Amino acid sequence: MCTVCGCSSGNLKIEGEGLEHSHANGQSHDHSHDHHHDHSHDHDHSHDHPHFHEHETTHDYGQGPAHAHAPGLSQARMVQIEQNILSKNDEYAAANRQYFNERGILALNLVSSPGSGKTTTLCKTIEELKDKHACSVIEGDQQTANDAERIRATGVKAIQVNTGKGCHLDGHMVGHALGSLNPQEGSFVFIENVGNLVCPSAFDLGEAHKVVILSVTEGEDKPLKYPDMFHAADLMLLNKVDLLPHLEFDVEKTIENARRVNPGIKVLQISSTTGEGYEDWINWLEATLSLAKIGHKPSPDTQNKSADDLMKQSDLDISQNAG
Amino acid sequence: MHEMSICEGILQILETESANKNFKQVKKVALEIGPLSGVELEALKFSFDVVMKGSLADGSELIIIDMPATAWCMQCADTVTIEQRYDDCPKCGSAQLQVTGGEELSIKELEVD
Repeated sequence: MCTVCGCSSGNLKIEGEGLEHSHANGQSHDHSHDHHHDHSHDHDHSHDHPHFHEHETTHDYGQGPAHAHAPGLSQARMVQIEQNILSKNDEYAAANRQYFNERGILALNLVSSPGSGKTTTLCKTIEELKDKHACSVIEGDQQTANDAERIRATGVKAIQVNTGKGCHLDGHMVGHALGSLNPQEGSFVFIENVGNLVCPSAFDLGEAHKVVILSVTEGEDKPLKYPDMFHAADLMLLNKVDLLPHLEFDVEKTIENARRVNPGIKVLQISSTTGEGYEDWINWLEATLSLAKIGHKPSPDTQNKSADDLMKQSDLDISQNAG
Repeated sequence: MHEMSICEGILQILETESANKNFKQVKKVALEIGPLSGVELEALKFSFDVVMKGSLADGSELIIIDMPATAWCMQCADTVTIEQRYDDCPKCGSAQLQVTGGEELSIKELEVD
């Protein structure tokens, strides 16, 4: 099982990497190794287990934390940990963020419920951007490479990550997808998350901004129903506004609800069918990319080093820190 | 739905800490979970037992330390307790609240052997 996302490793597929490859790269670093080691350790030294004390010929009380035993004193003790549960994911996300910063890359994490038009919006956005800027895409879905194929049809590089049973992308998956994607310096990297308004809000991928897409065929109260996601996002795209004449949908009410959970959220109304509102959206993207590029000087060092090497290095750093 | 992943994260921390702090069995796990952390407690309790099975924390007791969700009300200039992110101030009804606590999602302490 993947210890970051909880999905079984056999189901996690990163396109362009064979199963064995992603396994060797990913799982053996943190899961297989730790897990197997601890397991066999427990079993080999079963005399340490209080359960087996009576049956063993050697009673070793010196194995306790203090390597000593006082009569009547239990070996049990309290350990203060004070550790964020998602700290492992946050470490991978921080490595990704550093990768993006060093290359002046703007990474955006697109989140929405299934069917709100993430992939259509992304395809149209890429059509608008690709003549002026390099773009690449990491596609997250439970199964199939359909979305990556749709993106590739626009002529840009896309990597599909199948999460298997997982309900979200995590920092580790994105790190390895970057290894295969090798995005250009000063470019856009769009990460299309699994269609889900709950879990992806908790998992930082190292992106600069989360962009939440809400379509007008959904409810006005969605920001209130899924406050965590709308709170985590910096920009909300209200999609499919060309359908408004046919619907009873209160745009003002929706924006008010979004601001209720996140007073700082910016809202743009777009239609990926008619192109309405795209001028603002593209302006926002270009301005945000300019911000990401400020202070970035293309260095021969990062250009020559392959992304794969860097991800391996960051894995190493993380495992060293954890150890 | 991501409670399973969170329990996997807990197990990973326990395994790392068992090497660092020299223990072999975990008897109790105390977590600080805020109401705004996005975690469903019932799902977490269920996943915990499943994920810990066969590990160094098999059969361990899960203790949840409830943390209050708090916010700073600009109108009252005071810290108030809230239930949801979009709640109005329970004292003055203002919506000008800045959430200050309740997003905790961490392991506080362990009882180990």
